Amino acid sequence: MTQLPQSTERKMGLVIDLDTCVGCHACVISCKGWNTENYGAPLSDQDAYGADPSGTFLNRVHSYEVQPAEGPAQLIHFPKSCLHCEDAPCVTVCPTGASYKRVEDGIVLVNESDCIGCGLCAWSCPYGARELDQAEGVMKKCTLCVDRIYNENLPEVDRIPSCVRTCPAGARHFGDLGDPHSDVSKLVAERGGMDLMPEMGTKPVNKYLPPRPKDKIEDQIDILAPLLAPVAEEPKGFLGWLDKTLEKL
Amino acid sequence: MHPAPSVIIFTTLSGLGFGLLFFLGLGLPAVSGWVAFVFFAIAYGLSVGGLMASTFHLGHPERAMKAFTQWRSSWLSREGWCAVLALVLMGLYAIGTVFFGQRWGVFGILGALLSLATVFTTSMIYTQLRTIPRWNMKLTPVMFLSFSLAGGALLAGQTRVALPLLLIAALVQILYWRQGDRALAASGTDLGTATGLGARGRVRAFEPPHTGTNYLLREFVHVVGRKHAEKLRLISFVLAFFVPVVFLLLPFNHFVALLAVLSHLAGIATSRWLFFAQAEHVVGLYYGKR
Ligand code: SF4
Ligand code: SF4
Ligand code: SF4
Repeated sequence: MTQLPQSTERKMGLVIDLDTCVGCHACVISCKGWNTENYGAPLSDQDAYGADPSGTFLNRVHSYEVQPAEGPAQLIHFPKSCLHCEDAPCVTVCPTGASYKRVEDGIVLVNESDCIGCGLCAWSCPYGARELDQAEGVMKKCTLCVDRIYNENLPEVDRIPSCVRTCPAGARHFGDLGDPHSDVSKLVAERGGMDLMPEMGTKPVNKYLPPRPKDKIEDQIDILAPLLAPVAEEPKGFLGWLDKTLEKL
Repeated sequence: MHPAPSVIIFTTLSGLGFGLLFFLGLGLPAVSGWVAFVFFAIAYGLSVGGLMASTFHLGHPERAMKAFTQWRSSWLSREGWCAVLALVLMGLYAIGTVFFGQRWGVFGILGALLSLATVFTTSMIYTQLRTIPRWNMKLTPVMFLSFSLAGGALLAGQTRVALPLLLIAALVQILYWRQGDRALAASGTDLGTATGLGARGRVRAFEPPHTGTNYLLREFVHVVGRKHAEKLRLISFVLAFFVPVVFLLLPFNHFVALLAVLSHLAGIATSRWLFFAQAEHVVGLYYGKR
């Protein structure tokens, strides 16, 4: 059924810390690995070792430069996967009912055996979170690692999304954003977590924590600096002669 | 957006076909026997041919029947229903006129309305997408419907109706282009809102996620063809509206009528190509493109 649920019991999602992300792409690789070997059709690559490689990914990391009016520019690494929107347009446009949002945890999934590969859901997603797999002809998207987070065959520490488990910087957090007392909700409140393209009306569940402001480099870096000031202003003797000669050339 | 030939052929041909069915259903012209057969054959050829073309871009065309299930929420599903109902009712109506010389008006009128509804639902598939500001406008369904009616009247040989309808369609086309060119800016979406970093300064895409291309770029970011957009607009406008209107003003003859139809078809196809090629999907912003 592609009608959206009125509300979901929980709102499971990710919180991504743009301050901490170092842009290592480890989450991209671990996501691709886990989702190629597990739930649904594998994520295929085309011409992987040739001149024009491309492939399906559920999570991609962009990098942006932000130039404030004053001060140095800041480089921000920007991971992007499905935001499991509350008002997910990708679900309502689907003609087959393959795309759906789960009532129990709000995860947006594709039932691949119903998908006709029309691509309309990818057209309707503002975030580029859905990719039609070229080999399988079905729509692929982040599953929030639904086959890990409830998987009792895994040790408890691994029952979180693959990308979260992998991130070496701890820039990805997973939890229930519908519960105001959860760790992720507290983090969002504390750090001013934000929505991407709020004007699209999708009400994303995933939140992004903005980068903290950069330190200001003051005139005086440290108290010992004056002691390191250059002593000899004008070179004398041989060096002075060399300097002058070179100047003339 | 990538201007896929399958969707351009589909929307152009079926728009024209359902436009013709609309007029046939109203009994304009009131044909019977062989003449009716030829008219319906053309209308079905266009509309069904277009619908078939639209399945070419599906990843799994063999599951197409599943697309009828979600009419409550999905415009694509509604389009499927309208098309099938229109074709069935108009088929019954056609049997009446071709084989029995009868005009079963109820089927005709319902079929005519459903034909228009099909064109409307097709247009809503595009109009509903907030991600593509150039399509997310009230003028989009107006454009699809006015094109379909003008083309239908032209094909049905309804010279007197076709003339004003062509002029209206031409006007709608100009308005659509004017408003469309401002739509992305007016939507307020830019790399700043896309990343949420806009308030901190000027945001620039520094590095894409991968060195190669991907599905998103192939499907949503089509910049190549936009270079000649102005020229193509002129060509499309002349072919779709100007030439047919001039031909309609000449004394009627079948050859000239055929030329008018072909010119209109080529013009509408060009306009439809531009409709896709010029449409900017907001996901392009994440890649520093539009
Ligand atoms: S991010 Fe895109 S694919 Fe995910 S729920 Fe939102 S609209 Fe759908
Ligand atoms: S591609 Fe599949 S999941 Fe997406 S709208 Fe089409 S049928 Fe639904
Ligand atoms: S939650 Fe799972 S599927 Fe989603 S981006 Fe992370 S690893 Fe990929």
